[in-house]
Amino acid sequence: MKIFNMKLFAGASLLSAALLSGCDIPPQETVQRGYRGTGMEAVYSPEVLQELVAANQVPAAIPAVSSEGPKAGDVYQNVQALGHLSVGEFTRLMAAITEWVSPEQGCNYCHVAGEGFEKDTLYTKKVSRVMILMTQNANENWGAHVGGAGVTCYTCHRGNNVPEYVWNIGVPPRHASGMVHQMQNVAHQESNAYASLPFDPFTRYLLEDNAARVAGDTALPTGHESSIESTEYVYSLMMHYSDALGVNCTHCHNSRAFAAWDQSNSERVKAWHGQQMVKEMNNEYINPTNQWLPAYRQGALGDAQKVNCATCHQGAYQPLLGANMLADYPNLSRLAPPAAAPAPADEAPAEDMEMESASLDQGASSGEAH
Amino acid sequence: MSMLTFEKKYRVRGGTLLGGDLFDFWIGPFWVGFFGVTTLFFASLGTGLLVYGAAMGPTWNIWQINIAPPDLSYGLGLAPLMEGGLWQIITICATLAFASWAMRQVELSRKLGMGLHIPFAFSFAVLAYVTLVIVRPVLLGAWGHGFPYGILSHLDWVSNVGYQFLHFHYNPAHMIAVTFFFTTAMALSMHGSLILMATDPREGETVKTGEHENTFFRDDIGYSIGALGIHRLGVFVAISAAFWSAVCIVISGPFWTRGWPEWWNWWLELPVWY
Repeated sequence: MKIFNMKLFAGASLLSAALLSGCDIPPQETVQRGYRGTGMEAVYSPEVLQELVAANQVPAAIPAVSSEGPKAGDVYQNVQALGHLSVGEFTRLMAAITEWVSPEQGCNYCHVAGEGFEKDTLYTKKVSRVMILMTQNANENWGAHVGGAGVTCYTCHRGNNVPEYVWNIGVPPRHASGMVHQMQNVAHQESNAYASLPFDPFTRYLLEDNAARVAGDTALPTGHESSIESTEYVYSLMMHYSDALGVNCTHCHNSRAFAAWDQSNSERVKAWHGQQMVKEMNNEYINPTNQWLPAYRQGALGDAQKVNCATCHQGAYQPLLGANMLADYPNLSRLAPPAAAPAPADEAPAEDMEMESASLDQGASSGEAH
Repeated sequence: MSMLTFEKKYRVRGGTLLGGDLFDFWIGPFWVGFFGVTTLFFASLGTGLLVYGAAMGPTWNIWQINIAPPDLSYGLGLAPLMEGGLWQIITICATLAFASWAMRQVELSRKLGMGLHIPFAFSFAVLAYVTLVIVRPVLLGAWGHGFPYGILSHLDWVSNVGYQFLHFHYNPAHMIAVTFFFTTAMALSMHGSLILMATDPREGETVKTGEHENTFFRDDIGYSIGALGIHRLGVFVAISAAFWSAVCIVISGPFWTRGWPEWWNWWLELPVWY
């Protein structure tokens, strides 16, 4: 009897420990996202928020330097994306990128020691040029999504050679394999926040040009043709959106009418622009690099590692919780002026610097801009 | 209103919890009692306030009338009448009316010398309501987490609260609750049809007895739970449905803040196979 009681006690302790470990203990933080009583709310565990804040600290900025003086494109050879910067600005940005992307390998991650900095020997140097253009393009042309804080290399890289959250095209099975053949019902998929939904929503909606739009616009099912399959793909994509931002569906939607823009929060407009932006990043910038990427940087189907929401957001509703790093690195805020874009070494008109400073955020440090 | 001859036998004094003999009388078929008075008072006041809220609101459309709880910013404090205060008073009225009704059932059970089975079962329905509008809001720190009073608006709330956790069908308590609701419906319909089959035979046939009922289920599934047992089973599945639905909502938010699919990772990550 006593042994039975001991066993019972041990079992009960184990069970309650298991239950508590799968638990967030109150009190929680809550945020109202819609009119009172609509149930549009977010609930956060304070411990999770603390971890989030700790993971989204911005590194100290390198002291700003003058934009006056000779241009990098005039002094150095083969400077294609940043030739319009002053030598000081150019060097400062190179140091920052090293700190953000290859803090361990240093300059030699992109440049071969002793060979001369102008050589494009390593694929990493060519990738970083494309990534700089992609970042400048995002800041200049996608204000509807990244406006306010902007993005820098650090937004995604956070000290890693390759950002922590990237994706490759999902691998379909080579033979019939039941439910898995649908590329869904596979356990433990982070891509769809661990649901049984299709695990590669990215190829359809962040690479191919499909609108993630499956809800009917009539009260009755008249002439509406969205399959359950495509509906589940969109649900999967939305799970990714939510998980990547650390929010839930009601961050953007009033679920009584998912499709209705006039019942949605304004963040949904931002998210829509984000989808278009990411599609452009993946197609215009990342896919072309695939021609010369080494195999170990490619997915199982030989495609480059691509961007989704988590690449920048990393669990925060705004990357780095809205910190404006771009203000400290305004050289990333727009593409090189058209004349300097192909950047033969001898071109870098002086008036371009003023154009650049005009496009800076209010928070940009004045020492950097002029 | 006429009274059946045997009814007088059961109209006995006593058994009250509060009020003594004061309200221990009948009006027509209804026994009054102290808790009958409080039920009537709170139900009338609450309903009157609902109508008042509708009158102050933008519509008389029965589907669209909406008495919403306060903004979360009011926390567990009182809100102005038209900004959720009405919802707070109605919630108090509803809770006291439901609780009074349960106590009235207790008094009647005592009066008739019966067990407390009926108030016990009814309490689970009250528990589900109280969990939604009092327990969970208190655990989350604001009355604004309660559901709004309105035919469509409360459904919108249910939908949005589900989507707060990305995919509510992965909520384990929700799974159990839904299973009990469907089981309750199945058990009641099978029991009901069995009784009709036995007691309402086609023309020319005689009324069947418990032996027919038992034989049917022994032949059908190898076992008959019996005339008393089916009602024990009925109470169990029905109160379990209410109980687990209260659990499934009280754990959503106070005890789990992420998507419900993610909760199952504890299973996938058991050290046995992970």
